[in-house]
Amino acid sequence: MAQQDSVLIRTEHLQKTYVMGDQKVHALRGVSNTIDRGSFVAIMGPSGSGKSTFMNIIGCLDKPTAGKYFLDGVDISGLNRDQLAEIRNKKIGFVFQQFNLLARTSALENVELPLLYTTDDKSKFRERAMAALESVGLGHRIDNHPSQLSGGQQQRVAIARSLICNPQLILADEPTGALDSKTSVEIMAIFQKLNQEKGMSIVVVTHEPDIAHYADRIIVFKDGHVLTDERVTQRRNAAHELENWQETQFEEQEPVA
Amino acid sequence: MNKVFQSMRIAFRALRVNKLRSMLTMLGIIIGVGAVIAMVSIGSGAADRIKQQIASIGSNVIIIQGGSQNQGNVKTGNGNQQTLTEDDAVAIQEELASVLYASPTQNGRQQVVYQNANWQTQINGVFPDFLAIRDIKVQSGETFTMDQVRSAAKVCLLGKTVVDNLFNGEDPIGQTIRIRKIPFTVIGTLSPKGQSSQGQDQDDLIVMPISTAKKKVIGGRQNNAGTVGQIMVQAREGRTQVALQEIAGLLRQRHRLNQNDNDDFQARSLEEVAAAAEASANTTGFLLAAIASVSLVVGGIGIMNIMLVSVTERTKEIGLRQAVGAKTADILGQFLVEAVTLSLLGGVIGIILGVLSSLAISTFAGWTTLVSVPSIVAAVVFSALVGIFFGYYPARKAALLDPIEALRYE
Ligand SMILES: Nc1ncnc2c1ncn2[C@@H]1O[C@H](COP(=O)(O)OP(=O)(O)OP(=O)(O)O)[C@@H](O)[C@H]1O
Ligand SMILES: [Mg+2]
Repeated sequence: MAQQDSVLIRTEHLQKTYVMGDQKVHALRGVSNTIDRGSFVAIMGPSGSGKSTFMNIIGCLDKPTAGKYFLDGVDISGLNRDQLAEIRNKKIGFVFQQFNLLARTSALENVELPLLYTTDDKSKFRERAMAALESVGLGHRIDNHPSQLSGGQQQRVAIARSLICNPQLILADEPTGALDSKTSVEIMAIFQKLNQEKGMSIVVVTHEPDIAHYADRIIVFKDGHVLTDERVTQRRNAAHELENWQETQFEEQEPVA
Repeated sequence: MNKVFQSMRIAFRALRVNKLRSMLTMLGIIIGVGAVIAMVSIGSGAADRIKQQIASIGSNVIIIQGGSQNQGNVKTGNGNQQTLTEDDAVAIQEELASVLYASPTQNGRQQVVYQNANWQTQINGVFPDFLAIRDIKVQSGETFTMDQVRSAAKVCLLGKTVVDNLFNGEDPIGQTIRIRKIPFTVIGTLSPKGQSSQGQDQDDLIVMPISTAKKKVIGGRQNNAGTVGQIMVQAREGRTQVALQEIAGLLRQRHRLNQNDNDDFQARSLEEVAAAAEASANTTGFLLAAIASVSLVVGGIGIMNIMLVSVTERTKEIGLRQAVGAKTADILGQFLVEAVTLSLLGGVIGIILGVLSSLAISTFAGWTTLVSVPSIVAAVVFSALVGIFFGYYPARKAALLDPIEALRYE
């Protein structure tokens, strides 16, 4: 397979079946799909339709029961635990609904975490983490622990962590699920910026159609199948919306350091 | 190496978060290591004391005691029978090539008087060679001769303690002291040997011809002239074993023992006695240490328990680390380092505690203790091993967690 393929993710008849006692749960019933490099995809669908299961498999956290998954041209099904860990470290950044930051650990150290598991030059760790935090607008809160940060700020730390290793793919499962609407738009603005400026591919799971329209493509799941898969015609621009934000209540004041 | 350092930092942070819990977890190791160090120090202290005692007596020394005799099937204990004679001692020295010196000894305690001063001390009735065997030097004056032994001359040499207590700075040489009202001329003083490691004063003694001692000083119990309590022998360097055999042969012949008769004496090399005593002191120490080390195992189980709790508590953290690229070995290493950090820290505190209690034992109980470097090294290594052994299972459990389930754990 050619290296300069425009396809980053290719799934073929992806199936995932959970066996619970003598009951079988078909979370994915054969999903064949491709996601191009540099695209911004939103995944929607009712609860239990298999969105998270799909994300876990393309995130190399889980393996399909049947079917094939190629990431960057590499067949993932043949790899072992440690090889998968290495791929996650090098090629994928994760953003979770509940942020998943380490408590009692500074923002900077949280961002540095993936670097612990690289073989990269250690002397640059600090600078890289600082740069990542600055790129999400948190350059002034590097020493704060998660408990000292707002939800939106915590999610930004998590995004900084996800991009510290320069991944080709960022996977975010309901990244705005725990945030208010303005903060959600701020987070989407960051994703759009990463997508446009760094060309990172981004896949976001969301229940909110509003949020989905910041992506350039929306895939809807239902009962483990892809129901619809469409390009977004009227794409929203988060940065632009923030400039003209009309809300006076609950406006988040960024403290100036 | 960097990884280990990183893991240690993470470990220290995790331990600091739960200070009280970490402390309680380490308690087992602390007590275990402390007890082992203290016990071994008591054992090796005792062994060391014995070694020094022997060294202060002299090297290559053999002690012969009168043995049990069969008296109509009634056996008396060793040393109860005066089966040895002065002539035996003379014969051992003159006939045996392996023997350097031999001297009979007869000891007793008596009150010694000089003018208004008096002092109770140990009287050693011996041959002149006794001083050579015991490695005691004459400081001033001179020792007595074999002629003076034969004539039972009333002369004596004084140890430093006796001099100090009887003579107030006066020169004792040529003075007359009285023992049981009998006048003795002081012809010499002995070089001080100081305290034995047991705290015994080795200079509190008077040395005189054995004949004089038996006739004039030490009770009339042994009227059987010529018999002596024991004979001290110094063998030539490296020939102690030969000397022991030759002595046995000579004495059996002199005592006219038949083939079937048991020895009526007992000859033992002091080194043997010392080695046996030293070994038994060490064994006692190690036995105590072994009992104490049970606490180490208990401490190890405590560590395993707390590590299991920690793995469960930090399931989500483990899942996150796995998601961002931690491999099996990374997680395994992190938790192993954490367990070893716990046990090592406990070990170090335990060592400090052990050294302190061994100091306390020697100060307050007056026992000699010796904290040896090998026992400290062993304690460090052992507590690290405890950490690895008992930390391995929880660490493995953490490393093999499924990343998705770990991330979803609440
Ligand atoms: N570990 C598991 N064991 C058994 N069944 C599972 C497991 N994980 C997911 N499932 C089932 O698989 C199906 C798909 O789950 P999935 O988490 O992918 O849904 P989802 O689309 O992400 O839903 P939501 O929007 O609520 O997050 C569900 O029916 C779920 O119950
Ligand atoms: Mg989900």
